[in-house]
Amino acid sequence: MEALSLPAALSLVAGGGAGLSPELRAALGASLPLLQRDYRFERVWFWGCIQGVRGAYYIAQGLGPDRAAPRSRLYSLNCLDWSLLTPATEEMLALAEEVKGRFQGDPSFEYSLAEINPEAAARLVQSGKEPVMKEEARLTATIEQIDRAVGIVPRGAFVKTPLGSVHENRHFEGLSLVEAKKLSSYFHFTEPTNLKNKTLLEKADLDPSTDFLNSLEHDIPQGKGSWSIQLEKGGSVVVLRSLLWLGLTFYHVPMTKQFGYVYFGTGEKNLDLPFML
Amino acid sequence: EGGHGPYQPHEPGYGLDQPGYSPYEDEIPDAQARMLAIKNAKAYLLKTSTKSGLNLYDHFAAILTKVLDEQPANTVDIIETISQDVKWAQFRKKMDTLRDEHLIPPTFEAAEKCKALFIKEAGEEEHEELDEEMGEPALPNVMETAFYFEQAGIGLSKDECYYIFLAFKNLISVQPIQTCRFWGKILGLEMNYIIAEVQLREGEEEEEREEEEEETVAEEEKEMGEGEEEEEQKEKEPEPPKSTYKPPPEIPKEANGTGTNKYVYFVCNEPGKPWVKLPPVTPAQIVCARQIKKFFTGRLDAPIVSFPPFPGNEANYLRAQIARISAGTHVSPTGFYQFPEDEEEEEGGDTYEENPEFEPPPVAEMVESLAMWAHHVKGILKQGRCVWINPAQKSEEDEEEGEEEEEEEEEEHQEETGQPLLTLISEDEGMKNIPAWTAQASTNLIPEYSIAILQSNRWPGAYAFASGRKFENIYFGWGHKYSPESHTPALPPPAEAEFPSEPGITEAADPTVEEELAFKAAQEEALAEAEEEEEEEGEDD
Repeated sequence: MEALSLPAALSLVAGGGAGLSPELRAALGASLPLLQRDYRFERVWFWGCIQGVRGAYYIAQGLGPDRAAPRSRLYSLNCLDWSLLTPATEEMLALAEEVKGRFQGDPSFEYSLAEINPEAAARLVQSGKEPVMKEEARLTATIEQIDRAVGIVPRGAFVKTPLGSVHENRHFEGLSLVEAKKLSSYFHFTEPTNLKNKTLLEKADLDPSTDFLNSLEHDIPQGKGSWSIQLEKGGSVVVLRSLLWLGLTFYHVPMTKQFGYVYFGTGEKNLDLPFML
Repeated sequence: EGGHGPYQPHEPGYGLDQPGYSPYEDEIPDAQARMLAIKNAKAYLLKTSTKSGLNLYDHFAAILTKVLDEQPANTVDIIETISQDVKWAQFRKKMDTLRDEHLIPPTFEAAEKCKALFIKEAGEEEHEELDEEMGEPALPNVMETAFYFEQAGIGLSKDECYYIFLAFKNLISVQPIQTCRFWGKILGLEMNYIIAEVQLREGEEEEEREEEEEETVAEEEKEMGEGEEEEEQKEKEPEPPKSTYKPPPEIPKEANGTGTNKYVYFVCNEPGKPWVKLPPVTPAQIVCARQIKKFFTGRLDAPIVSFPPFPGNEANYLRAQIARISAGTHVSPTGFYQFPEDEEEEEGGDTYEENPEFEPPPVAEMVESLAMWAHHVKGILKQGRCVWINPAQKSEEDEEEGEEEEEEEEEEHQEETGQPLLTLISEDEGMKNIPAWTAQASTNLIPEYSIAILQSNRWPGAYAFASGRKFENIYFGWGHKYSPESHTPALPPPAEAEFPSEPGITEAADPTVEEELAFKAAQEEALAEAEEEEEEEGEDD
């Protein structure tokens, strides 16, 4: 969520019981603008908090002019001192899927891969590195996975220019109440995968400037999907909670420009989802 | 026109500055003809579109008016969107011969309900007098609890907390409640649950029990009636062999006010909606709830489709999960509660009282050592109850096979003992390398006013805080236990063995005609011999 609208946004997301203490909020209010200044970001988003066993990581993202470009991620243990995370590589993502269990809360903690995945460990040893995975790497990979899987935006909020870069749509007035209840009005904010698979009829209705992303209605499991849509406060806020990554909450106030998502959770994928629906 | 200097023959544009050769050939030099051309152009622009009834002339006029009025930055980049907006605006006005029905969005209905919470009832004064007589106020101070939890970053928005506060006030005025506490919030797919943990006043509980007994008696009578009918029918037909399967005896649920049913729980979907009372929980439901993992939908009457089949609907599942969470995560500072000195310290002791001599330890100690916290809710045994009961006692009613079976069952059911009440949480087992609890201070910057916060790792979403003499537990989450491994559903039971062979149903080949004749002959011989013997005996007498 936008750093500037953080206080209002946090109160809208608080339906899940998770939030930030006043101390952390105040700290964020002070440190996020400094981040923007130091790293020359155009926008700074507070991504959320991953709770480890002994401590929590607070994550912020910085965006450049093209909102769809890979984002810079920073983490902090106290919302004041931020450290840049190296961008996630495919190898890190693959390794992070193997590592299960809670985060420890200590960025220098090392997961011994020999127990988890001996093949990967052997490969690493051969290439001269130690068969361990650092918690920092796991953190980056998890954030990337969460963003790819469940980072969502309302339809029409972003437009793609003919040059390919993505900007906020200044004419976005918000979704109507009827649209806000449908899963098809929300998009994953990542590289689209199934746009080309749509039939020509469907493609004819699409507006290439706004419909360049995957919509949510194709999320597995089909039917109920992996989202819980609720209208809170009698319909003045629509809140989507992901069931795949428990803790990700997306909010949008219909007919206004306010939207955003935040993650408060343990950083673990909910693989039991098919049994729980 | 001709402002680009004399062109050289090899340059493009050479000769174009001569009249008749300029690129702007449609600029007609003749004034009259030009006016006519302008009129034609305007007529073309004014042509109404067959599809939409608009014309380009008016559209351009509207766009230019809008642009000049609003003067946005970088207009040329957003001109297409401006054009679209103008078109949409046009559409709405022209085609709106029918007025839309004035839809009342649900926002306003909900706002009305919330407003209703704020209205003070007329009979308020009487209630206030009663409260003074009773002693402690039953209404929990939800805002105070919310303040402490907010220090840890846990809790709902202040507005929602206040609505919940008012909803509690309503609950207390409607139901006869002795003590009441905000237990927490459980999220669901379509709606959420706000849960209140309540102890009813003593007279009320007995009334409920009587009602329940009446219900069960009525059910039994119905069953008896049905059974008699069935028996009559069965006497006419030859009965199929009866199954010798005896289901394991049903473990009785704990009485209201003890064990897992110590508190009564009321839930509502949102503050402002009516409170619904959850039924008491049975051990079978707890045992089953341990084996399944399902999301709550938010509707109490939703069925739970699962294996093993859950005995009940969502209200029962919710009650079972609440019981499990309470038993696993309700803690208090060690020493705050103590066993009453009158009773002997039984292991099955269920009562505790506040310790008047409790001295709250400093926050740093409460955070460092988990031995400063203790459970004040009894853990649930494998059986599904807090106090073990021997199910074999029930089978005394069966007269025929009583004794042998009792002995067998006693061997199987070993008495289960759980941890006694008020055990320290430092004895809670962790999972793999994760401890069962995480303790933190709310702030390191201002240690004088920090409070101790406990997070449960076994039930993510369960929190407890302690600050001086104040402490509280709360739950915000989806209502599931954390397991490091993925959930594996129970396997179906092995296929049943075949019915044991009995002479009446053993298959055998039908005897052939020769065999039947031989059998008949043999029988006649035997009869003849028997008659001869009898005659002989008769003669002897």
